Amino acid sequence: MSRERNERTNVIESQPAGERHAPGLHEVNHSFRRLESDSKVTGKAEYIHNLRIPGMLYGKITRSTVAHGRIVRIDAAAALEVEGVYAVLTAEDICKVIPDPYYGPAFHDQPILALGKVRHVGEPVAVVLAADPHVAEAAADLVAVEYDVLEPVFDEMAAAKLGAPVIHDVLKPAGTFPDLKYLQGRTGTNVALDTHVRRGNIEKAFAESDRIFEHVFHNGKVIHATFEPIVSLAEMTGPNAMTIHTASQSPSFVRTEVSRLLGWPENRIRVRTAFLGGGYGAKLYIKLEALVAACTLLVRKPVRIALTMEEQFYTITKHAATVRIKTGVKNDGKIVAREVETYWNTGAYSDIGPRVTQKSGFTAAGPYDIENVALDNYSVYTNHPPAGALRGFGISQVVWAYEGQADIIAHELGIDPIEFRRRNILREGRPHATGTIMRDVHLAEVLDQLEARMDWKRPFDRGSGALRRGRGVAIGIKACIAPTSSVALVNIYGDGSCAIYCGTVDMGQGSDTAMAQIAGEVLGVPSETVRVTHPDTDVTPYDMATLGSRSTYHMGNALKMAAEDARAQVLRVAATALGIGAEELECRDGAVISPSGARMTLQEVMAARFGMQAGNIIGVGSFTSPYQKPDAAGQSAQITPFWMLAGAGAEVEVDTETGRIRVTKLVNVGDVGRAVNPEIARSQYTGASVMQLGFTLFEELLFNDGQVVNASLADYKIPGMLDVPADLSAGLVEIPHRFGPFGAKGIGESGMFSVSPAIANALFDATGVRMMTMALTPERVYRAIREAEKRPLGSEL
Amino acid sequence: MSAARRTIRFLLNGKPVQADVAPHETVVEVLQRDFGLFGARESCGQGLCGCCTLLVDGVAVSGCLYLAPFMDGTAITTIEGLAEGDRLHPIQECFVSKFAFQCGFCTPGFVMMTKELLERHPHPTEDQIRHFLSGNLCRCATYPEIIEAVKAAAVKTSEIKQS
Repeated sequence: MSRERNERTNVIESQPAGERHAPGLHEVNHSFRRLESDSKVTGKAEYIHNLRIPGMLYGKITRSTVAHGRIVRIDAAAALEVEGVYAVLTAEDICKVIPDPYYGPAFHDQPILALGKVRHVGEPVAVVLAADPHVAEAAADLVAVEYDVLEPVFDEMAAAKLGAPVIHDVLKPAGTFPDLKYLQGRTGTNVALDTHVRRGNIEKAFAESDRIFEHVFHNGKVIHATFEPIVSLAEMTGPNAMTIHTASQSPSFVRTEVSRLLGWPENRIRVRTAFLGGGYGAKLYIKLEALVAACTLLVRKPVRIALTMEEQFYTITKHAATVRIKTGVKNDGKIVAREVETYWNTGAYSDIGPRVTQKSGFTAAGPYDIENVALDNYSVYTNHPPAGALRGFGISQVVWAYEGQADIIAHELGIDPIEFRRRNILREGRPHATGTIMRDVHLAEVLDQLEARMDWKRPFDRGSGALRRGRGVAIGIKACIAPTSSVALVNIYGDGSCAIYCGTVDMGQGSDTAMAQIAGEVLGVPSETVRVTHPDTDVTPYDMATLGSRSTYHMGNALKMAAEDARAQVLRVAATALGIGAEELECRDGAVISPSGARMTLQEVMAARFGMQAGNIIGVGSFTSPYQKPDAAGQSAQITPFWMLAGAGAEVEVDTETGRIRVTKLVNVGDVGRAVNPEIARSQYTGASVMQLGFTLFEELLFNDGQVVNASLADYKIPGMLDVPADLSAGLVEIPHRFGPFGAKGIGESGMFSVSPAIANALFDATGVRMMTMALTPERVYRAIREAEKRPLGSEL
Repeated sequence: MSAARRTIRFLLNGKPVQADVAPHETVVEVLQRDFGLFGARESCGQGLCGCCTLLVDGVAVSGCLYLAPFMDGTAITTIEGLAEGDRLHPIQECFVSKFAFQCGFCTPGFVMMTKELLERHPHPTEDQIRHFLSGNLCRCATYPEIIEAVKAAAVKTSEIKQS
């Protein structure tokens, strides 16, 4: 059989010649081309965005023009007069089919259409349906809404204060997360969640510290800007049955939540997806699905709603955060105490904000071995568009703070920044701030490789005149979300060909290929012959969601078990047919073989089992991550199934006359356990690092009274070819994780973590200017340079 | 919305076709609605991301802005017109072998822009590649792999021309 093995490409870096994959592995740890390659380069890959259903209506949304207000009146008369308008729907209509129309993964706080009140500019107030999208769009502008404007609050620090305008009358935790139950019924506050970690004696440790450092770091809001928009299409497939086609990272959650809203059993709702044209956290939980479900139920026709790029800016963002960090150190550089207080701007609706707050919050002391820790986190409602998950669930916000400060401390103590980190990192067997003992962590190796790739010991030219050069490093840690479950099936057909049924959504990370490699490894079949069934809740089993770098570990383990189950059945059939003990047989090269040379193809096995080319052998696998709920002090024996650890190094050139930063070299190194497909893993790392480079240097939502003033790719620039550093590389530390499938860990986010502080630290190295607010726009940097020179610019400039 | 529609005739991937279009309709809308071609796709809607790139008489345009009536009498090439049957175009082959895509949504646009690039500059330098493709964006940031794919495609295309 001819294999489409990919020749080593040297795309990202030079690899040592010869085999590099782990011995004994035939599929996993090989850089095979992606399964969907041909369909993506010919433009034929399936996206939900491409789906049209006969008789369907296009929906266009009328959105709030004020940040906070009571709805006095909605007048749809002019919109209804437009020729071709089929219906104009408001919350009043939605309530006819969904009496309590509030949704959300953490809190049931978000109405399908605004009900009585609006809480951010851009909030959906009405939807116009028409067979022609241009008609719907024109009519949506004609829906007149009158508001009684209320005082808004935008800043997370201001919103958390007593006396701030209250955005939600009462907190309504969803019940999905038991730890949020205590918030039920709470009134008069914008703090949607507070979580705390306590370890050691923080007061005593500060008292005994030689030096204490305290700083406040801040980052603004950015967006995912997925190129395939958020898009959903719902249709009735019977009087009481519905199919939702949606570009979603979490089909299982969509089904659960829509069934709760409608009061229907889950088996009457089918949710399916296809390839996603980008996700990055934007397409998680519920976005448009509840709205299209309600619309189709009301009008009994298929309804499609797709957001424009502008609408994405009002739908989901990354959290702005304010982080106060106080650290006590000994003169030898040993960190002995750390206190971190973080306020997370979750916007008008919490989406998954409380999880961002808690899960990133408990890692806010960083990847350091610190005996005395106090971490406080607050998820705060404001009148900005909702904030949710964006490739890291809040990790890069806390890394921005603790790695900026790490550089300050190292500089003040006169210790080399890499050496300072080496003295303090969490090593195998040591307790994390949550009390969990660190296992399968290789941060020392990450630092070593980072130092080598940065050529850190060589003399460095810092430039002269207006052009200054500098370099910096940073490291970060993330815990994988827990507890979560994945279920997978492996199906061997009558002709011996195989398919896998898994709910992991391939949104570009290459999960189809990776999952096929894992199944192929177990079954002894070439991975490119494995058929991957895309998520469809009528067909594929439950999966929590494709998020948080959890799929390779969780679904990978479930799928490995499913394939092992199928293989055991195959070997039993073959053992009987061949008269050889099953324990002597193995699956290899698409067949069952014995040491003595006996051989049965999978097709022959199936014929032996069913008497002809017929039947199925189905293997089942189910994986739930081990987890222990933290106690009141945030302590847990197992807070996560695995840790993600990574570091970045940057070299920059700074034009001190304009404040412009050019990143000339960017290195990312991560502990990946074992890469299922090394080339795809490296591409995930460099891709993530360039995305974060955009967030670092120029991406930032700008607001005026809650209105996003740069809501388009014309005004909100994302990285293009010319922004990519000339020297961009990724290094994988491959030391197998003991419980990962073939040793693999998740890697989709860890390339993001450390980029921003690495660049800011390089900026300091170049100019002596320390930036604590992102993004590092030329204006902000130039102002800081002038400030440092004691000749600050006025605000008029 | 009831503006006068008109019938236009053009070559679509080498085949003569006709379509009934309204003045405000874009190339992308018409290709999707009337011809079932979804390779050129609208994303930013402002001609800035390049996901809708296609060739009009050999010149790359943004199909989300280019009005459908202007297709009249032209030759349109879309991503669907590049492969010959199951045989990928050399540019497409190189995008595959160099892992030059992730989510794939921007990929057709990059491939089409690369086609124009290699016709104008058969042996592009890395600077030329970066500048020529700077109007196409990839949110997954698969840029280094795309640059390698274009370099490989340039070599492959010139080998084919020589033989």
